[in-house]
Amino acid sequence: MTSRLVSKGAVNVFLLIAAVYTLLPLTWLLFASTKSLSDLYSTPGFALSDLNLGANLSAVAAEGDGIFFRWYVNSLLYAGGGAALGALISVACGYAFDKYDWRGKERLFGLVLLGVLVPTTATAIPLYLLVSKVGLVNSFWSVFIPALVHPFGVYLARVLSTGYVPGEVLEAARSDGAGEIRTFVSVALPMLRAAYVTIFLFQFTGIWNNFFLPLVMLSDQHLFPLSLGLYSWNTQVTAFPEYSTLVITGSLLSVVPLLLVFVFLQRFWRAGMTAGSVK
Amino acid sequence: MSSSTQRSKGGRWAVLLLTAPFFVLFAAVVIAPLGYALWLSLFSEQSSGLGFGGTESVFTGLGNYLTTLADQAFRDGFAIVALYAALYIPLMLGGALALALLLDSGIAILRRFFQLALFMPHVVPGVIAGLIWLYLYLPGISPIVSALRDGGIEWDFLGDHVLGSVVNVAVWEWIGYNMIIFFAALQAIPREVLEAATMDGAGPIRVALRVKLPLIRGAVITALLFTVIGSLQLFNEPMVMDGVSNGIVSTWTPNMYSYAEAFGKNDIGQAAAASVLLAVLAAVLSYFVTKWGNKK
Repeated sequence: MTSRLVSKGAVNVFLLIAAVYTLLPLTWLLFASTKSLSDLYSTPGFALSDLNLGANLSAVAAEGDGIFFRWYVNSLLYAGGGAALGALISVACGYAFDKYDWRGKERLFGLVLLGVLVPTTATAIPLYLLVSKVGLVNSFWSVFIPALVHPFGVYLARVLSTGYVPGEVLEAARSDGAGEIRTFVSVALPMLRAAYVTIFLFQFTGIWNNFFLPLVMLSDQHLFPLSLGLYSWNTQVTAFPEYSTLVITGSLLSVVPLLLVFVFLQRFWRAGMTAGSVK
Repeated sequence: MSSSTQRSKGGRWAVLLLTAPFFVLFAAVVIAPLGYALWLSLFSEQSSGLGFGGTESVFTGLGNYLTTLADQAFRDGFAIVALYAALYIPLMLGGALALALLLDSGIAILRRFFQLALFMPHVVPGVIAGLIWLYLYLPGISPIVSALRDGGIEWDFLGDHVLGSVVNVAVWEWIGYNMIIFFAALQAIPREVLEAATMDGAGPIRVALRVKLPLIRGAVITALLFTVIGSLQLFNEPMVMDGVSNGIVSTWTPNMYSYAEAFGKNDIGQAAAASVLLAVLAAVLSYFVTKWGNKK
């Protein structure tokens, strides 16, 4: 009995240490964003000092005529718009792979899987070279269009479509005289709603996290997403130390909404990760 | 499955309509750029005449590849990434597996909380994770550096030990994500299998290592595959630290090398060659990981 108690204690202590490791940097960020530049250097990292959060927030808002909010909107457009449209493209494609048969299908699916494995950063510079040839470099579309392609989403959609859309329902719709596309839009798509949200979430975080592509494509600050904007602020820190409070407070502002979204949408990303692991 | 549709004309049109958007975009943003890079990598910009009248493209065949492969900076980049992978992959995947097994041991409390807490860092974008840790490594601001200093340890996170510091950021970002994947796979193991092993007198540790681990091999191999490819792409975290750390040079990893070639030196041919080499290496590595995973 005691040995069971000891091992129960040990197991939970290990898990607790791991949780402290993952949560501590975020807690530090919270503390740091409430401090003025001098307190950042002179007070302990996990202690409160004079509350300076308000001043930090207005400094972030004032910098570059409110460019931070521009970056915020850009990130939402790239990630929100890109994932909303991209997930639909993936679901349609994955559904076709699941429910139809055609010649060369599995070979084509192999191409999708290859797309999952080719590093996105390996295509970023080639993409830049091609896009600059076409003259679209430093435009909204140069970041938005590449983000629409999400081979992993097609893979997930195929797996999830097998589970969510029974073939009999489609047969029933067809015998009622509905065309193939109509069947997809009004019968299958509603059943794939959860799959759509899952794929949307994966793609959203992927685009939100993407840094290499906007870095090579964009030179106009007004087109930057958050990650690139904060990076550009941070490159100023060595010359102008006051940028560090901007970077810290800006980082907090850009992380909090994502954390909330993930806490509230747990069910969906869990479903995607389970489908990805048990293949 | 739906064999009635495969022969009908409507079915063929439906397939075309449903798959075309993806494949058209895929061709435009993955295949075409790689093909174009392959083409560009065969040419070199050379100044014509005495340096007047700009440059012209000269076909050099595999010249750019040879120059890139012979470049010490490029090879150093691969050495760094290999070292990084040798530290990062066992630490992160081993840690994630251990945590998943602990969580699945049946005696863990607060399982939902632990899953959420460990997953949190994954939601933080790589650049921002790099920025947060950069400050946690920076003497003067970092509570970690000052705590170590109080304990009599001088640890230069951004100098000699910068590789370990980058590994730590990556472990922080990915350990919870992979733990959740492994945990989901563990939960899918039929309980009868585990009960049978326990009836045979196997202790919990033995069950974990001898029964559970082999049963989630598929999930582990998949995670390994993605981790290998991710390691090869190392860019965001060192790029963020580049300005402050004197342990990182602008060509520190292969991706940083191609970036520096394209934007620092404007050597398009060589940047293209470096990108193609990286893509080929990723394909070769994933082939071997999959093959090795299927064999054992």
